[in-house]
Amino acid sequence: MTDVVMPQMGESIVEGTLTKWLKKAGERIERDEPLFEISTDKVDTEIPSPAAGTVSEILVEEGKTVGINTVVARIEEAGGDGAKPAAAAPPAEPVEEAAPVSEASAAAPAAAEPTGPLSPLVRKMARENNIDLARVKGTGAGGRITKQDVEAYLAQQATPLAAAAAMPAPAQAAPAPPVAMPPLPPAGQAKTHIEPLSTMRLKIAEHMLLSKRTSPHVTTVHRVDMTAVAKMRERNKTVFQNNYGFSLTYLPFITRAAVVALRQYPLLNASLDGNNIIYHNEIHIGIAVALENGLIVPVIRNADEKNVLGLQRAIVDLASRARSRQLKPEEVQGGTFSLTNFGSFGSLMGTPIINQPQVAIMGVGTVDKTPVVIEDAIAIRSICHLSLSFDHRLVDGALADQFMSKVKQVLESWTEEVL
Amino acid sequence: MRSCCLRELGRIDYARALDLQQRLVADRKQGAIADQLLLLEHPHVITMGRNGQLANLLASGEILERAGISFFPTDRGGDVTYHGPGQLVGYPILDLREWKRDVGAYVRAIEQTIIDTLAEYGIAAGRIPKLTGVWVDGRKIAAIGVHISRWVTSHGFALNVSTDLAYFQYIVPCGLTKPVTSMAALGVRAGVREVGERLAVQFGRNFDCQMLSEAAFAAMEREN
Repeated sequence: MTDVVMPQMGESIVEGTLTKWLKKAGERIERDEPLFEISTDKVDTEIPSPAAGTVSEILVEEGKTVGINTVVARIEEAGGDGAKPAAAAPPAEPVEEAAPVSEASAAAPAAAEPTGPLSPLVRKMARENNIDLARVKGTGAGGRITKQDVEAYLAQQATPLAAAAAMPAPAQAAPAPPVAMPPLPPAGQAKTHIEPLSTMRLKIAEHMLLSKRTSPHVTTVHRVDMTAVAKMRERNKTVFQNNYGFSLTYLPFITRAAVVALRQYPLLNASLDGNNIIYHNEIHIGIAVALENGLIVPVIRNADEKNVLGLQRAIVDLASRARSRQLKPEEVQGGTFSLTNFGSFGSLMGTPIINQPQVAIMGVGTVDKTPVVIEDAIAIRSICHLSLSFDHRLVDGALADQFMSKVKQVLESWTEEVL
Repeated sequence: MRSCCLRELGRIDYARALDLQQRLVADRKQGAIADQLLLLEHPHVITMGRNGQLANLLASGEILERAGISFFPTDRGGDVTYHGPGQLVGYPILDLREWKRDVGAYVRAIEQTIIDTLAEYGIAAGRIPKLTGVWVDGRKIAAIGVHISRWVTSHGFALNVSTDLAYFQYIVPCGLTKPVTSMAALGVRAGVREVGERLAVQFGRNFDCQMLSEAAFAAMEREN
């Protein structure tokens, strides 16, 4: 049985509308013969069949829009037609599917193999619930096993099967006495489902692993009093909204402070290449932007040449184009230092992973009004935790903390006008 | 660099052009010919894409007949559209496997080709997110509708150069109740052929290919 999925027609395309079935269920189809048509973005595309055989199930009706990799149909491979003796059918399945079942069926006497052809649905249910079909009584035409028969069998077997199913379930739980058994999943519903990684997810996975393998990460956290910045922000908020159409956030202030500190400590704005340090004379700041199913780090080029207004504008522009997937490739390349603002999701502090080949990344926590002690008095201040993950091959803790102290100093004594 | 054969067909009726497209698509799928770009102009015709709704055709067959407009259902994407004199129609027949296997990127590159062409005439055109096509100040200047089979493209785009926009009254273009415009309506006097020549250059730039005329292709084949 071959699953036919909604294909990915392009990097930015996440779904497609099934406009037309060119074959009906039960019809024969050759490999590469057009099976259905989809429509994405004013483009109609004929999708060829991945296998030869019979269209056994059509799962998505015309006019429906589904995500890529959704199974839209199943094809029974050639040779698996109803006329074939059913006993031969299970071993004829593709090897990888047959493997988990084989143990169970080996236990059953060969003579007790079910009679009559099996529908794809019944086979699927048997596979997913690990049922030996030889034990199921068929009530359909000619003793054929129907969906209802399998459901009845499952209901009858519910208790012993549940015990078996419970085994792998509470993996993290302590070895507690087996009190609460998870209920048997509804018949026909799998316990897991498998989905291939999207291109973006694959790239993120590779990149994260590469970074962790490449750089010994160390993270230092500094507590920063953002009250001065909060006041500046409060004063200019309306002007920003009215004059420029976007709000003023903390991020451009922090970016600006990072730029000042990078100028003072250029080793944080460097890369490691074998036995050489590459110092970057330009400061290009990557800003991590969360997308629905991933993230991307567009780059503010020559960030040191921008004031808070310019930085805010760049951040708004890059973030919105990142979300509408309109960034040009060069706009996500060439960063020399990165910022990630998990504070916007409520995180207090984090330990971000370095964006290779950079050597440091700053994580921005949430800014909260907090009681703090200042000269033996308790005051309410806007507090933010900034963390810096750095590559300990190149940067030592002392330098990292000097850098962070500079960032802190700039933010705490903010005087620069923002417009 | 890949080569793309540029075929300038002048004014050709829809059925003949469709027939030619289908033959070229079949040849392209076999790998018998290189990528093609057909540039042409149609007599008055209204076509409807696979996802088209007859409700978007506002006039009855009778009225269309009297206005001298023929009607064709087709297998391209998109809804109802109008073609006629003064409109530059382009049918790229490309094997996307040799460029990018990306339908979205293909449509964006077609849009960019048209945007770049219009920029040469000083028209600032752009996109409207989710509304495929090329737009100038909220008015549609070029429509796009594509069919793909085994990564080979057909159908394409229609750019209003000096189209008589009154003809659009018979349809809701692409099912959108947005106004249409043309280069002439924006004050640019240019001929379809001339715009086509410039567009072919931009097409080559956007699709990283060398545009060769049919004659140049024939000569090349003789040399090989």
